[in-house]
Amino acid sequence: MPDWFIEFPSEINLNIKDAIDKFIRYLLTNGETFFEGIKEVLKGFLNGIQGVISRIPWWLLILIVFILSWRTSRKLGKAILYSALLFFIGAMGLWPLMNTTLTIVIASVIISIMIGFPMGIWVSYSDRLDRMIRPVLDTMQTMPSFVYLIPVAMLLGLGNVPAVIATTTYALPPLIRLTSHGIRQVDNEVVEAAKAFGSTKWQTLVKVQIPQAMPTIMTGLNQTIMMAIAMVVTCSMIGTTGLGQEVLISINRLETGRGFSAGISIVIIAIIIDRLTQGIVKKGEAKIEQ
Amino acid sequence: MSNKKDIIFKIKNLSKLYGANKIPAFEMMKNGSEKSDVARKYGVTVAVNDVSFEVERGKIFVLIGLSGSGKSTVVRCLNLLQKPTSGDILFEGKSILKLNKKELMEFRRYKISMVFQSFGLMSHRDVLGNVAYGLEVRGEKKEICQTKAMDMIEMVGLKGWEHKRISELSGGMRQRVGIARALANNPDVLLMDEPFSALDPLVRRDMQFELLSIQKKLNKTVIFITHDINEAFKLGDLVGIMKDGKIIQIDTPEGMASNPADEYVENFINSADKGQIYSVKHIMQTPSCLIHSRDGVNYALKQMRDQGVSSAYVVDDNLRLVGILPLDNAVKVKAGELSFQDAITKDVLTTEEDVYISDLLSVAATAKYPIAVIDKENHLKGIVSKASVLSSLV
Repeated sequence: MPDWFIEFPSEINLNIKDAIDKFIRYLLTNGETFFEGIKEVLKGFLNGIQGVISRIPWWLLILIVFILSWRTSRKLGKAILYSALLFFIGAMGLWPLMNTTLTIVIASVIISIMIGFPMGIWVSYSDRLDRMIRPVLDTMQTMPSFVYLIPVAMLLGLGNVPAVIATTTYALPPLIRLTSHGIRQVDNEVVEAAKAFGSTKWQTLVKVQIPQAMPTIMTGLNQTIMMAIAMVVTCSMIGTTGLGQEVLISINRLETGRGFSAGISIVIIAIIIDRLTQGIVKKGEAKIEQ
Repeated sequence: MSNKKDIIFKIKNLSKLYGANKIPAFEMMKNGSEKSDVARKYGVTVAVNDVSFEVERGKIFVLIGLSGSGKSTVVRCLNLLQKPTSGDILFEGKSILKLNKKELMEFRRYKISMVFQSFGLMSHRDVLGNVAYGLEVRGEKKEICQTKAMDMIEMVGLKGWEHKRISELSGGMRQRVGIARALANNPDVLLMDEPFSALDPLVRRDMQFELLSIQKKLNKTVIFITHDINEAFKLGDLVGIMKDGKIIQIDTPEGMASNPADEYVENFINSADKGQIYSVKHIMQTPSCLIHSRDGVNYALKQMRDQGVSSAYVVDDNLRLVGILPLDNAVKVKAGELSFQDAITKDVLTTEEDVYISDLLSVAATAKYPIAVIDKENHLKGIVSKASVLSSLV
């Protein structure tokens, strides 16, 4: 029995690696000003957010979390628990690092909303576009997140700015998907009613479709935030500062305690943001439900 | 009524096909092929096939058919939620198919509105917000939206509920909101797509009654879709019956009931509760024993004896009903025990010509004498006997 029958023949050698590398190198040499521009804009954006976040007193942030969780859950226990958990991060000495991580997450989420929300609406209008974009979104979501780091690091260098790009790329799909899904699943009669009363396309969208789709859109936003938090940690591999870097350092130095305290802080942030946005989703659903 | 009918909607040869190969399919359809053959050959669904009808202003036109007969598609063509494949729709003499985008918007904002089967309410708005929606999108001032919407909410009997969420309302209340929303724009035409099908029977009856009274008050033209023949006959001035995308017959409820075009229509009607098709005027008889109040007891007794009945209807000179003179009382008058005036029973059961027989059933069951049919001025038009009420139902 010949070898090729069992083992894949080594003669067949389709090399797409070189092609991709070439493409990135091409971008690198020809798009320098473009990428420099993006870098500058993002840097400014990040600094702006950082400036706001670092000026929020620690107790005020805890208070805000307390009030928000009280308002969304109506449970005093939860409100106290979340505020205490946040206090715990500070107590471990990780408050400044948390601020850095939050800055990148917030920046990425804002960019995701600016791209994902209009895109989701657009996709909802066209079945063809939906069919085209679906595999792209699937790929974006299943691609191991580390892979994004390579081209981003090559094109934009190391640090927090490329982290925003990588994080946005990774976290964007659920928002597009669920915005589109939310708008598509609005009861057809309700949309017909809006049209029957002479609404323009814009009025139908703003007054009926988006409000009706809001719980689903918020679910998408929730997923986007969660994925952004996860990605920010991975981004430490390209020199992003914050809690992720803390984890990376502890891996290199095998400092279990340090690694866990940073890890737990990330979990706490994720839980608090998740519950707060979930609370908003549930409130919205209760409102929309027929 | 010699003056010309005021036709508000004229639908000419309307067809609606779904699918890719509409043009060859349409040709095939025109040549008289069956709907199922067209579907097999071209993969095209024929929803509406060459439908023509006219709707008179201020009347209720009912389209009835089973699900899939194309009735909902027809009504959606009237405000162009669906675009017809061929044919023409004239509103007040002008084709709505020629309207441009802006004119169509104006048409929908001012002339026509719609009520939906599953209400089509916007659950993120409260009752007031829903009712005001049509006014809001056409750019009315906020105060005007509010006052007009409140008027409509009051008219459909939801006053005090204006700030409730839609999820807090029962089905019947939700459809009241739907009706109020449709009326708030003060349209000429109201399209109603099976508006009461999702409601339970008791609520449905209330809503039908309410619709009739609102229609009388506001004199709107209503195009009403239903699959319930009782509902169609109760509400419709004219009823069109649809099957496989075609209208088989258009007639008044009475005309259709007494003269069905084919077996399909007949079967449909047989499923109906006859008491809701026939009204009193179809079964009333002229009273066999009629006397004037000045006639005197001897004449009355003679009449009763001649006709073989045990009571006589007493009318005045203008044929206005005075009462009934029962035989035993007449005998007492003859014997001098009662005066002629006292002998006449004044509490006679009365009804009017347009009352449905089903509504008369409970009255008829307890009636001692045949029921007198009178008009608004109390003129005696005829009588309805218990036997004729019951026999009309079988």
